[in-house]
Amino acid sequence: MMKLFSEKSIKKALTVIAFSAIAALLLIVVFIILEGLPFIFKVGISDFLFSSEWEPQMGRFGIFPMIIGSLVVTLGSMIVGIPLALSGAIFLSEFVPRWAMRIIKPTIELLAGIPSVVYGFIGVMVLAPLIRDYLGGPGLSILAASIILGIMILPTILSISIDSLKAVPQSYREGAFALGATHWQTIHMAVLPAAKSGIIAGIILGLGRAIGETMAVIMVTGNAVILPKSPLYSVRTLTANIALEMGYATGMHRQSLFATGVILLIIIMVLNYTATIAIRRRVGKK
Amino acid sequence: MKTKNLFKLIIALFSATMLLFACGKGRRSITAAGSTAFQPFAEKLADQFMAANPDINVIIQGGGSAVGIQSALSGAANIGMADLVILPPEAKALVSSFVARDGIVMIVNPKNQVKGLTLQQIRDIYNGKVENWKDVGGGDNPITVVSREAGSGTRSSFETIVENIKLKKEAVVQDSNGTVRETVANDANAIGYISHGLINDKIRPLAINGIACTTEEILKGRYILVRPIFLLTRGAPVGDVKMFIDYILSKEGQDTIKANGLIPAK
Repeated sequence: MMKLFSEKSIKKALTVIAFSAIAALLLIVVFIILEGLPFIFKVGISDFLFSSEWEPQMGRFGIFPMIIGSLVVTLGSMIVGIPLALSGAIFLSEFVPRWAMRIIKPTIELLAGIPSVVYGFIGVMVLAPLIRDYLGGPGLSILAASIILGIMILPTILSISIDSLKAVPQSYREGAFALGATHWQTIHMAVLPAAKSGIIAGIILGLGRAIGETMAVIMVTGNAVILPKSPLYSVRTLTANIALEMGYATGMHRQSLFATGVILLIIIMVLNYTATIAIRRRVGKK
Repeated sequence: MKTKNLFKLIIALFSATMLLFACGKGRRSITAAGSTAFQPFAEKLADQFMAANPDINVIIQGGGSAVGIQSALSGAANIGMADLVILPPEAKALVSSFVARDGIVMIVNPKNQVKGLTLQQIRDIYNGKVENWKDVGGGDNPITVVSREAGSGTRSSFETIVENIKLKKEAVVQDSNGTVRETVANDANAIGYISHGLINDKIRPLAINGIACTTEEILKGRYILVRPIFLLTRGAPVGDVKMFIDYILSKEGQDTIKANGLIPAK
Protein backbone atom coordinates (compact mmCIF):
# COMPACT_ATOMS: atom_id res chain seq x y z
CA MET A 1 0.00 0.00 0.00
CA MET A 2 2.78 2.34 1.07
CA LYS A 3 4.73 1.48 -2.04
CA LEU A 4 1.77 2.20 -4.27
CA PHE A 5 1.27 5.54 -2.59
CA SER A 6 4.84 6.65 -3.11
CA GLU A 7 4.71 5.40 -6.69
CA LYS A 8 1.72 7.63 -7.32
CA SER A 9 3.13 10.68 -5.57
CA ILE A 10 6.38 10.46 -7.49
CA LYS A 11 4.45 10.25 -10.72
CA LYS A 12 2.48 13.33 -9.74
CA ALA A 13 5.57 15.23 -8.65
CA LEU A 14 7.29 14.46 -11.95
CA THR A 15 4.25 15.62 -13.88
CA VAL A 16 4.23 18.93 -12.02
CA ILE A 17 7.94 19.42 -12.60
CA ALA A 18 7.62 18.61 -16.29
CA PHE A 19 4.81 21.12 -16.68
CA SER A 20 6.65 23.80 -14.75
CA ALA A 21 9.39 23.62 -17.39
CA ILE A 22 6.75 24.32 -20.03
CA ALA A 23 5.34 27.09 -17.84
CA ALA A 24 8.76 28.73 -17.72
CA LEU A 25 8.94 28.72 -21.51
CA LEU A 26 5.40 30.09 -21.79
CA LEU A 27 6.17 32.81 -19.27
CA ILE A 28 9.25 33.94 -21.18
CA VAL A 29 7.42 33.98 -24.50
CA VAL A 30 4.41 35.84 -23.10
CA PHE A 31 6.62 38.34 -21.28
CA ILE A 32 8.74 39.18 -24.32
CA ILE A 33 5.72 39.44 -26.59
CA LEU A 34 3.80 41.64 -24.15
CA GLU A 35 6.77 43.97 -23.79
CA GLY A 36 7.77 44.01 -27.44
CA LEU A 37 4.65 43.68 -29.58
CA PRO A 38 3.00 47.01 -28.65
CA PHE A 39 6.22 48.75 -29.64
CA ILE A 40 6.31 47.05 -33.04
CA PHE A 41 2.77 48.22 -33.78
CA LYS A 42 3.54 51.73 -32.55
CA VAL A 43 6.58 52.12 -34.80
CA GLY A 44 5.08 50.09 -37.62
CA ILE A 45 6.21 46.63 -38.67
CA SER A 46 7.80 47.70 -41.94
CA ASP A 47 9.66 50.65 -40.38
CA PHE A 48 10.95 48.44 -37.61
CA LEU A 49 11.98 45.55 -39.84
CA PHE A 50 13.17 47.30 -42.99
CA SER A 51 14.60 50.66 -41.93
CA SER A 52 18.37 50.87 -41.57
CA GLU A 53 18.36 53.81 -39.17
CA TRP A 54 19.09 52.68 -35.61
CA GLU A 55 19.29 55.75 -33.40
CA PRO A 56 17.19 54.93 -30.37
CA GLN A 57 18.01 58.26 -28.71
CA MET A 58 16.54 60.12 -31.67
CA GLY A 59 13.52 57.84 -31.90
CA ARG A 60 14.69 55.93 -34.97
CA PHE A 61 14.34 52.19 -34.60
CA GLY A 62 15.25 50.20 -37.69
CA ILE A 63 16.70 46.75 -37.09
CA PHE A 64 17.24 45.78 -40.73
CA PRO A 65 21.07 45.94 -40.42
CA MET A 66 20.88 43.68 -37.36
CA ILE A 67 18.64 41.14 -39.11
CA ILE A 68 21.08 41.07 -42.03
CA GLY A 69 23.96 40.93 -39.53
CA SER A 70 22.50 37.88 -37.77
CA LEU A 71 21.78 36.12 -41.05
CA VAL A 72 25.18 36.87 -42.58
CA VAL A 73 27.13 35.80 -39.51
CA THR A 74 25.05 32.62 -39.22
CA LEU A 75 25.51 31.87 -42.92
CA GLY A 76 29.24 32.45 -42.56
CA SER A 77 29.45 30.09 -39.61
CA MET A 78 27.62 27.45 -41.66
CA ILE A 79 30.11 27.85 -44.51
CA VAL A 80 32.96 27.32 -42.06
CA GLY A 81 31.30 24.74 -39.82
CA ILE A 82 29.35 22.38 -42.10
CA PRO A 83 32.20 21.15 -44.34
CA LEU A 84 34.41 20.59 -41.30
CA ALA A 85 31.70 18.83 -39.34
CA LEU A 86 30.46 16.70 -42.23
CA SER A 87 33.84 15.52 -43.40
CA GLY A 88 34.79 14.88 -39.80
CA ALA A 89 31.63 12.88 -39.22
CA ILE A 90 32.10 10.80 -42.36
CA PHE A 91 35.72 10.13 -41.52
CA LEU A 92 34.95 9.19 -37.94
CA SER A 93 31.98 6.96 -38.65
CA GLU A 94 33.19 5.24 -41.84
CA PHE A 95 36.97 5.12 -41.79
CA VAL A 96 38.18 5.14 -38.23
CA PRO A 97 38.33 2.00 -36.09
CA ARG A 98 36.00 1.89 -33.13
CA TRP A 99 38.74 2.39 -30.52
CA ALA A 100 40.03 5.58 -32.14
CA MET A 101 36.51 6.90 -32.41
CA ARG A 102 36.14 6.41 -28.67
CA ILE A 103 38.99 8.88 -28.17
CA ILE A 104 38.29 11.40 -30.94
CA LYS A 105 34.56 11.91 -30.56
CA PRO A 106 34.55 12.87 -26.85
CA THR A 107 37.48 15.18 -27.52
CA ILE A 108 35.57 17.05 -30.18
CA GLU A 109 32.51 17.14 -27.96
CA LEU A 110 34.67 18.85 -25.34
CA LEU A 111 34.68 21.84 -27.70
CA ALA A 112 31.01 22.28 -26.82
CA GLY A 113 31.97 22.68 -23.18
CA ILE A 114 34.27 25.67 -23.69
CA PRO A 115 32.45 28.83 -22.51
CA SER A 116 31.59 31.21 -25.33
CA VAL A 117 33.43 34.08 -23.67
CA VAL A 118 36.65 32.08 -24.10
CA TYR A 119 35.94 31.68 -27.81
CA GLY A 120 35.31 35.42 -27.98
CA PHE A 121 38.54 36.13 -26.17
CA ILE A 122 40.54 34.04 -28.62
CA GLY A 123 38.72 35.77 -31.47
CA VAL A 124 39.65 39.22 -30.18
CA MET A 125 43.22 38.39 -29.22
CA VAL A 126 44.30 36.09 -32.04
CA LEU A 127 41.90 36.04 -34.97
CA ALA A 128 40.98 39.73 -35.27
CA PRO A 129 44.60 40.98 -35.34
CA LEU A 130 45.47 38.33 -37.95
CA ILE A 131 42.58 39.40 -40.17
CA ARG A 132 43.45 43.07 -39.70
CA ASP A 133 47.10 42.55 -40.56
CA TYR A 134 46.65 40.26 -43.56
CA LEU A 135 43.29 41.23 -45.04
CA GLY A 136 42.65 44.77 -43.76
CA GLY A 137 39.58 46.33 -42.22
CA PRO A 138 39.01 46.65 -38.50
CA GLY A 139 39.61 42.92 -37.89
CA LEU A 140 36.49 42.66 -35.75
CA SER A 141 34.38 41.43 -38.63
CA ILE A 142 31.92 39.00 -40.16
CA LEU A 143 34.84 36.78 -41.12
CA ALA A 144 36.16 36.60 -37.54
CA ALA A 145 32.68 35.85 -36.19
CA SER A 146 32.06 33.20 -38.87
CA ILE A 147 35.24 31.34 -38.03
CA ILE A 148 34.66 31.50 -34.27
CA LEU A 149 30.99 30.46 -34.57
CA GLY A 150 31.88 27.79 -37.12
CA ILE A 151 34.13 26.16 -34.54
CA MET A 152 31.52 26.61 -31.83
CA ILE A 153 28.79 24.78 -33.76
CA LEU A 154 31.17 22.07 -34.95
CA PRO A 155 30.56 19.65 -32.04
CA THR A 156 26.77 19.93 -32.34
CA ILE A 157 26.66 19.12 -36.04
CA LEU A 158 29.45 16.58 -35.81
CA SER A 159 28.06 14.42 -33.05
CA ILE A 160 24.50 14.36 -34.40
CA SER A 161 25.85 13.55 -37.87
CA ILE A 162 27.98 10.71 -36.49
CA ASP A 163 24.96 9.29 -34.66
CA SER A 164 22.80 9.36 -37.75
CA LEU A 165 25.55 7.88 -39.94
CA LYS A 166 26.02 5.11 -37.38
CA ALA A 167 22.27 4.52 -37.39
CA VAL A 168 22.33 3.58 -41.08
CA PRO A 169 21.92 -0.22 -41.13
CA GLN A 170 25.06 -2.16 -42.00
CA SER A 171 23.07 -3.97 -44.70
CA TYR A 172 23.00 -0.75 -46.81
CA ARG A 173 26.78 -0.72 -46.91
CA GLU A 174 26.99 -4.46 -47.59
CA GLY A 175 24.42 -4.10 -50.35
CA ALA A 176 26.40 -1.33 -52.01
CA PHE A 177 29.66 -3.24 -51.74
CA ALA A 178 27.94 -6.28 -53.21
CA LEU A 179 26.95 -4.21 -56.23
CA GLY A 180 30.63 -3.40 -56.75
CA ALA A 181 30.62 0.13 -55.35
CA THR A 182 33.85 1.56 -53.98
CA HIS A 183 34.06 2.75 -50.39
CA TRP A 184 33.46 6.40 -51.38
CA GLN A 185 30.62 5.47 -53.76
CA THR A 186 29.02 3.53 -50.93
CA ILE A 187 29.24 6.53 -48.63
CA HIS A 188 27.90 9.21 -50.92
CA MET A 189 25.34 7.09 -52.77
CA ALA A 190 23.98 4.85 -50.01
CA VAL A 191 24.99 5.96 -46.52
CA LEU A 192 24.73 9.77 -46.82
CA PRO A 193 21.25 9.79 -48.43
CA ALA A 194 19.99 7.41 -45.71
CA ALA A 195 21.41 9.63 -42.96
CA LYS A 196 20.37 12.86 -44.67
CA SER A 197 17.49 13.95 -42.43
CA GLY A 198 19.53 13.33 -39.29
CA ILE A 199 22.40 15.38 -40.64
CA ILE A 200 20.01 18.18 -41.62
CA ALA A 201 18.55 18.15 -38.11
CA GLY A 202 22.07 18.51 -36.72
CA ILE A 203 22.79 21.40 -39.05
CA ILE A 204 19.61 23.18 -38.02
CA LEU A 205 20.45 22.75 -34.34
CA GLY A 206 23.89 24.21 -35.06
CA LEU A 207 22.19 27.04 -36.92
CA GLY A 208 20.06 27.74 -33.86
CA ARG A 209 23.14 27.88 -31.68
CA ALA A 210 24.92 30.23 -34.09
CA ILE A 211 22.03 32.66 -34.40
CA GLY A 212 21.44 32.69 -30.65
CA GLU A 213 25.08 33.08 -29.61
CA THR A 214 25.70 36.43 -27.96
CA MET A 215 28.86 36.81 -25.91
CA ALA A 216 31.40 35.60 -28.44
CA VAL A 217 29.62 37.53 -31.19
CA ILE A 218 29.64 40.83 -29.28
CA MET A 219 33.34 40.42 -28.75
CA VAL A 220 34.36 39.64 -32.33
CA THR A 221 31.92 41.41 -34.67
CA GLY A 222 32.67 45.01 -33.68
CA ASN A 223 28.92 45.76 -33.48
CA ALA A 224 28.69 48.48 -36.12
CA VAL A 225 25.10 49.09 -37.24
CA ILE A 226 25.72 48.85 -40.95
CA LEU A 227 24.81 46.86 -44.03
CA PRO A 228 28.05 44.99 -44.76
CA LYS A 229 29.65 45.12 -48.20
CA SER A 230 32.26 42.41 -47.60
CA PRO A 231 33.14 39.77 -44.99
CA LEU A 232 35.68 42.22 -43.56
CA TYR A 233 32.97 44.61 -42.43
CA SER A 234 31.92 44.86 -38.84
CA VAL A 235 28.24 44.07 -38.19
CA ARG A 236 25.84 43.86 -35.28
CA THR A 237 23.58 40.86 -34.71
CA LEU A 238 20.12 40.87 -33.11
CA THR A 239 21.41 39.17 -29.97
CA ALA A 240 24.32 41.60 -29.65
CA ASN A 241 21.97 44.54 -30.06
CA ILE A 242 19.89 43.41 -27.09
CA ALA A 243 22.82 42.57 -24.84
CA LEU A 244 24.80 45.71 -25.69
CA GLU A 245 22.11 48.23 -25.00
CA MET A 246 19.91 46.55 -22.40
CA GLY A 247 21.94 47.88 -19.49
CA TYR A 248 21.39 51.48 -20.43
CA ALA A 249 18.04 51.46 -22.14
CA THR A 250 14.93 53.10 -20.74
CA GLY A 251 11.48 53.89 -22.11
CA MET A 252 10.99 53.39 -25.86
CA HIS A 253 14.59 52.27 -26.26
CA ARG A 254 14.03 49.45 -23.78
CA GLN A 255 10.82 48.40 -25.51
CA SER A 256 12.61 48.38 -28.85
CA LEU A 257 15.08 45.84 -27.45
CA PHE A 258 12.22 43.60 -26.35
CA ALA A 259 10.80 43.97 -29.85
CA THR A 260 14.20 42.88 -31.20
CA GLY A 261 13.80 39.87 -28.92
CA VAL A 262 10.39 39.10 -30.46
CA ILE A 263 11.92 39.00 -33.94
CA LEU A 264 14.78 36.81 -32.70
CA LEU A 265 12.31 34.52 -30.96
CA ILE A 266 10.30 34.11 -34.16
CA ILE A 267 13.41 33.29 -36.19
CA ILE A 268 14.60 30.72 -33.64
CA MET A 269 11.15 29.15 -33.27
CA VAL A 270 10.90 28.65 -37.02
CA LEU A 271 14.35 27.03 -36.99
CA ASN A 272 13.51 24.74 -34.09
CA TYR A 273 10.24 23.75 -35.69
CA THR A 274 12.05 22.87 -38.91
CA ALA A 275 14.53 20.81 -36.91
CA THR A 276 11.74 18.94 -35.16
CA ILE A 277 10.12 18.09 -38.48
CA ALA A 278 13.42 16.92 -39.92
CA ILE A 279 14.07 14.70 -36.91
CA ARG A 280 10.54 13.31 -36.94
CA ARG A 281 10.89 12.39 -40.59
CA ARG A 282 14.04 10.45 -39.74
CA VAL A 283 12.35 8.54 -36.95
CA GLY A 284 9.35 7.90 -39.16
CA LYS A 285 11.56 6.27 -41.78
CA LYS A 286 12.97 3.62 -39.48
CA MET B 1 21.91 5.85 -0.90
CA LYS B 2 22.64 8.36 -3.61
CA THR B 3 19.31 10.14 -3.22
CA LYS B 4 19.88 10.36 0.52
CA ASN B 5 23.15 12.19 -0.07
CA LEU B 6 21.51 14.51 -2.56
CA PHE B 7 18.83 15.25 0.01
CA LYS B 8 21.48 16.06 2.60
CA LEU B 9 23.21 18.35 0.13
CA ILE B 10 19.99 20.23 -0.54
CA ILE B 11 19.36 20.67 3.19
CA ALA B 12 22.93 21.90 3.68
CA LEU B 13 22.64 24.40 0.81
CA PHE B 14 19.28 25.56 2.09
CA SER B 15 20.52 26.21 5.60
CA ALA B 16 23.62 27.95 4.26
CA THR B 17 21.40 30.33 2.30
CA MET B 18 19.26 30.99 5.35
CA LEU B 19 22.38 31.73 7.39
CA LEU B 20 23.55 34.21 4.79
CA PHE B 21 20.25 36.03 4.96
CA ALA B 22 20.31 36.03 8.74
CA CYS B 23 23.73 37.72 8.73
CA GLY B 24 22.39 40.69 6.78
CA LYS B 25 19.76 41.30 9.43
CA GLY B 26 20.27 43.82 12.21
CA ARG B 27 22.11 46.27 9.94
CA ARG B 28 20.45 49.11 8.14
CA SER B 29 21.27 49.12 4.48
CA ILE B 30 21.29 51.61 1.63
CA THR B 31 21.68 50.84 -2.05
CA ALA B 32 23.33 52.91 -4.74
CA ALA B 33 23.06 51.87 -8.40
CA GLY B 34 23.98 53.25 -11.81
CA SER B 35 27.06 54.64 -13.56
CA THR B 36 29.65 51.96 -14.25
CA ALA B 37 32.30 54.70 -14.49
CA PHE B 38 31.69 55.73 -10.88
CA GLN B 39 30.98 52.21 -9.58
CA PRO B 40 34.56 51.26 -8.59
CA PHE B 41 34.98 54.57 -6.73
CA ALA B 42 31.61 54.19 -5.02
CA GLU B 43 32.63 50.71 -3.88
CA LYS B 44 35.84 52.04 -2.37
CA LEU B 45 33.99 54.91 -0.68
CA ALA B 46 31.35 52.49 0.60
CA ASP B 47 34.02 50.25 2.14
CA GLN B 48 35.57 53.18 4.00
CA PHE B 49 32.16 54.47 5.03
CA MET B 50 31.14 51.05 6.38
CA ALA B 51 34.41 50.76 8.31
CA ALA B 52 33.53 54.01 10.06
CA ASN B 53 29.81 53.14 10.44
CA PRO B 54 29.60 49.38 11.06
CA ASP B 55 25.84 49.45 11.59
CA ILE B 56 25.13 50.66 8.04
CA ASN B 57 25.47 48.39 5.05
CA VAL B 58 26.07 50.12 1.69
CA ILE B 59 25.35 48.08 -1.42
CA ILE B 60 26.78 49.38 -4.71
CA GLN B 61 25.37 48.16 -8.02
CA GLY B 62 26.30 49.03 -11.61
CA GLY B 63 23.95 49.00 -14.57
CA GLY B 64 24.71 52.35 -16.17
CA SER B 65 23.46 55.90 -15.73
CA ALA B 66 20.03 55.19 -17.17
CA VAL B 67 19.56 52.34 -14.71
CA GLY B 68 20.71 54.67 -11.92
CA ILE B 69 18.07 57.24 -12.79
CA GLN B 70 15.42 54.57 -13.26
CA SER B 71 16.09 52.83 -9.96
CA ALA B 72 16.23 56.10 -8.01
CA LEU B 73 12.85 57.00 -9.51
CA SER B 74 11.29 53.62 -8.78
CA GLY B 75 12.82 53.37 -5.32
CA ALA B 76 14.76 50.21 -6.20
CA ALA B 77 17.87 52.07 -5.05
CA ASN B 78 18.21 54.88 -2.48
CA ILE B 79 20.82 56.59 -4.62
CA GLY B 80 21.06 56.68 -8.40
CA MET B 81 24.52 57.34 -9.81
CA ALA B 82 24.65 59.19 -13.15
CA ASP B 83 27.58 60.53 -15.17
CA LEU B 84 25.80 62.59 -17.82
CA VAL B 85 26.52 66.16 -18.88
CA ILE B 86 22.82 66.78 -19.33
CA LEU B 87 20.43 64.79 -17.17
CA PRO B 88 17.40 63.47 -19.08
CA PRO B 89 13.98 65.08 -18.39
CA GLU B 90 12.77 62.19 -16.22
CA ALA B 91 15.60 62.95 -13.75
CA LYS B 92 14.04 66.37 -13.03
CA ALA B 93 11.94 64.74 -10.31
CA LEU B 94 15.13 63.76 -8.46
CA VAL B 95 17.45 65.81 -6.27
CA SER B 96 20.99 65.70 -7.61
CA SER B 97 24.19 66.04 -5.61
CA PHE B 98 27.32 66.83 -7.61
CA VAL B 99 30.06 64.66 -6.10
CA ALA B 100 32.89 64.34 -8.62
CA ARG B 101 34.09 65.05 -12.12
CA ASP B 102 35.43 62.61 -14.67
CA GLY B 103 37.57 63.46 -17.66
CA ILE B 104 36.88 61.65 -20.91
CA VAL B 105 40.13 61.00 -22.70
CA MET B 106 40.70 60.28 -26.39
CA ILE B 107 42.99 57.28 -26.75
CA VAL B 108 45.02 55.77 -29.58
CA ASN B 109 47.41 52.89 -29.95
CA PRO B 110 50.98 53.63 -28.73
CA LYS B 111 52.23 52.92 -32.27
CA ASN B 112 50.25 55.89 -33.58
CA GLN B 113 52.34 59.00 -34.26
CA VAL B 114 49.53 61.49 -33.64
CA LYS B 115 50.01 63.32 -30.33
CA GLY B 116 46.90 65.47 -30.21
CA LEU B 117 43.77 66.48 -32.09
CA THR B 118 41.54 69.53 -32.19
CA LEU B 119 37.90 69.25 -31.25
CA GLN B 120 37.02 69.81 -34.93
CA GLN B 121 39.28 66.92 -35.98
CA ILE B 122 37.66 64.62 -33.43
CA ARG B 123 34.24 65.65 -34.72
CA ASP B 124 35.31 64.97 -38.33
CA ILE B 125 36.76 61.58 -37.43
CA TYR B 126 33.62 60.46 -35.59
CA ASN B 127 31.35 61.82 -38.34
CA GLY B 128 33.32 59.91 -40.96
CA LYS B 129 34.56 63.05 -42.76
CA VAL B 130 38.20 62.25 -42.01
CA GLU B 131 38.96 58.60 -42.65
CA ASN B 132 42.74 58.46 -42.81
CA TRP B 133 45.33 59.28 -40.16
CA LYS B 134 47.43 61.18 -42.71
CA ASP B 135 44.76 63.92 -42.79
CA VAL B 136 45.32 64.68 -39.11
CA GLY B 137 49.10 64.41 -38.99
CA GLY B 138 49.61 60.64 -38.80
CA GLY B 139 50.74 57.90 -41.17
CA ASP B 140 48.81 56.77 -44.25
CA ASN B 141 46.46 54.37 -42.44
CA PRO B 142 42.68 54.12 -42.33
CA ILE B 143 41.14 55.20 -39.03
CA THR B 144 39.17 52.61 -37.06
CA VAL B 145 36.63 54.60 -35.07
CA VAL B 146 35.62 52.97 -31.78
CA SER B 147 32.57 54.26 -29.93
CA ARG B 148 30.15 53.12 -27.23
CA GLU B 149 26.62 51.75 -27.50
CA ALA B 150 23.58 54.04 -27.64
CA GLY B 151 22.49 54.95 -24.11
CA SER B 152 26.00 54.87 -22.60
CA GLY B 153 26.68 57.82 -20.29
CA THR B 154 30.22 58.17 -21.59
CA ARG B 155 29.00 58.29 -25.17
CA SER B 156 26.24 60.80 -24.57
CA SER B 157 28.60 63.04 -22.58
CA PHE B 158 31.21 62.77 -25.33
CA GLU B 159 28.70 63.62 -28.04
CA THR B 160 27.18 66.47 -26.03
CA ILE B 161 30.54 68.16 -25.46
CA VAL B 162 32.04 67.60 -28.91
CA GLU B 163 28.68 68.59 -30.47
CA ASN B 164 27.18 67.82 -33.89
CA ILE B 165 28.25 64.19 -33.96
CA LYS B 166 26.39 61.78 -36.14
CA LEU B 167 28.44 58.67 -35.54
CA LYS B 168 29.64 57.14 -38.77
CA LYS B 169 28.04 53.81 -39.52
CA GLU B 170 31.25 51.83 -39.86
CA ALA B 171 32.24 52.71 -36.28
CA VAL B 172 33.04 49.70 -34.09
CA VAL B 173 30.82 49.69 -31.00
CA GLN B 174 32.05 48.28 -27.69
CA ASP B 175 30.00 48.01 -24.54
CA SER B 176 32.34 49.21 -21.79
CA ASN B 177 35.33 51.44 -21.08
CA GLY B 178 37.42 48.30 -20.68
CA THR B 179 36.58 46.77 -24.05
CA VAL B 180 37.12 50.09 -25.84
CA ARG B 181 40.57 50.26 -24.24
CA GLU B 182 41.27 46.65 -25.23
CA THR B 183 40.19 47.26 -28.84
CA VAL B 184 42.41 50.34 -29.16
CA ALA B 185 45.33 48.52 -27.51
CA ASN B 186 45.01 45.76 -30.13
CA ASP B 187 44.51 47.93 -33.22
CA ALA B 188 47.28 50.29 -34.34
CA ASN B 189 44.79 52.39 -36.34
CA ALA B 190 42.03 52.73 -33.76
CA ILE B 191 40.79 55.74 -31.85
CA GLY B 192 38.44 55.58 -28.88
CA TYR B 193 37.42 57.42 -25.74
CA ILE B 194 37.38 56.21 -22.13
CA SER B 195 37.11 57.47 -18.61
CA HIS B 196 40.23 59.36 -17.46
CA GLY B 197 40.76 57.05 -14.47
CA LEU B 198 41.29 54.03 -16.75
CA ILE B 199 44.36 55.10 -18.72
CA ASN B 200 47.12 52.48 -18.76
CA ASP B 201 50.32 51.99 -20.73
CA LYS B 202 48.80 49.80 -23.45
CA ILE B 203 47.14 52.89 -24.96
CA ARG B 204 48.20 56.51 -25.38
CA PRO B 205 46.02 59.48 -24.36
CA LEU B 206 45.71 62.37 -26.83
CA ALA B 207 45.78 66.06 -26.05
CA ILE B 208 42.72 68.01 -27.20
CA ASN B 209 43.32 71.51 -28.60
CA GLY B 210 46.85 71.13 -27.21
CA ILE B 211 45.78 70.41 -23.64
CA ALA B 212 46.47 67.03 -22.05
CA CYS B 213 43.87 65.29 -19.93
CA THR B 214 45.34 65.59 -16.45
CA THR B 215 43.80 66.26 -13.06
CA GLU B 216 45.43 69.71 -12.91
CA GLU B 217 44.14 70.82 -16.31
CA ILE B 218 40.65 69.61 -15.45
CA LEU B 219 40.70 71.44 -12.09
CA LYS B 220 41.85 74.60 -13.89
CA GLY B 221 38.93 74.15 -16.26
CA ARG B 222 41.15 74.09 -19.35
CA TYR B 223 40.48 70.53 -20.49
CA ILE B 224 37.17 70.42 -22.29
CA LEU B 225 35.98 66.77 -22.23
CA VAL B 226 34.77 66.64 -18.62
CA ARG B 227 31.51 65.30 -17.28
CA PRO B 228 30.00 65.64 -13.83
CA ILE B 229 29.04 62.69 -11.66
CA PHE B 230 25.73 63.09 -9.85
CA LEU B 231 24.17 61.16 -7.01
CA LEU B 232 20.41 61.28 -7.42
CA THR B 233 17.86 60.85 -4.64
CA ARG B 234 14.09 61.03 -4.49
CA GLY B 235 13.67 64.16 -2.40
CA ALA B 236 16.52 65.77 -0.47
CA PRO B 237 18.79 63.10 1.07
CA VAL B 238 17.98 62.24 4.70
CA GLY B 239 19.26 59.84 7.37
CA ASP B 240 21.77 57.19 6.30
CA VAL B 241 21.67 58.30 2.67
CA LYS B 242 22.56 61.86 3.69
CA MET B 243 25.35 60.52 5.90
CA PHE B 244 26.83 58.60 2.97
CA ILE B 245 26.62 61.51 0.52
CA ASP B 246 28.06 63.87 3.12
CA TYR B 247 30.89 61.42 3.62
CA ILE B 248 31.64 61.40 -0.13
CA LEU B 249 31.67 65.21 -0.13
CA SER B 250 33.87 65.37 2.99
CA LYS B 251 37.62 65.91 2.65
CA GLU B 252 38.33 62.24 3.25
CA GLY B 253 35.83 61.17 0.62
CA GLN B 254 37.06 63.67 -1.96
CA ASP B 255 40.67 62.65 -1.28
CA THR B 256 39.75 59.03 -1.95
CA ILE B 257 38.17 60.09 -5.23
CA LYS B 258 41.29 62.03 -6.20
CA ALA B 259 43.70 59.29 -5.15
CA ASN B 260 41.94 56.82 -7.44
CA GLY B 261 41.99 58.91 -10.60
CA LEU B 262 38.73 60.84 -10.54
CA ILE B 263 38.56 64.60 -10.10
CA PRO B 264 37.01 65.96 -6.90
CA ALA B 265 33.90 68.12 -7.16
CA LYS B 266 35.44 71.08 -5.37
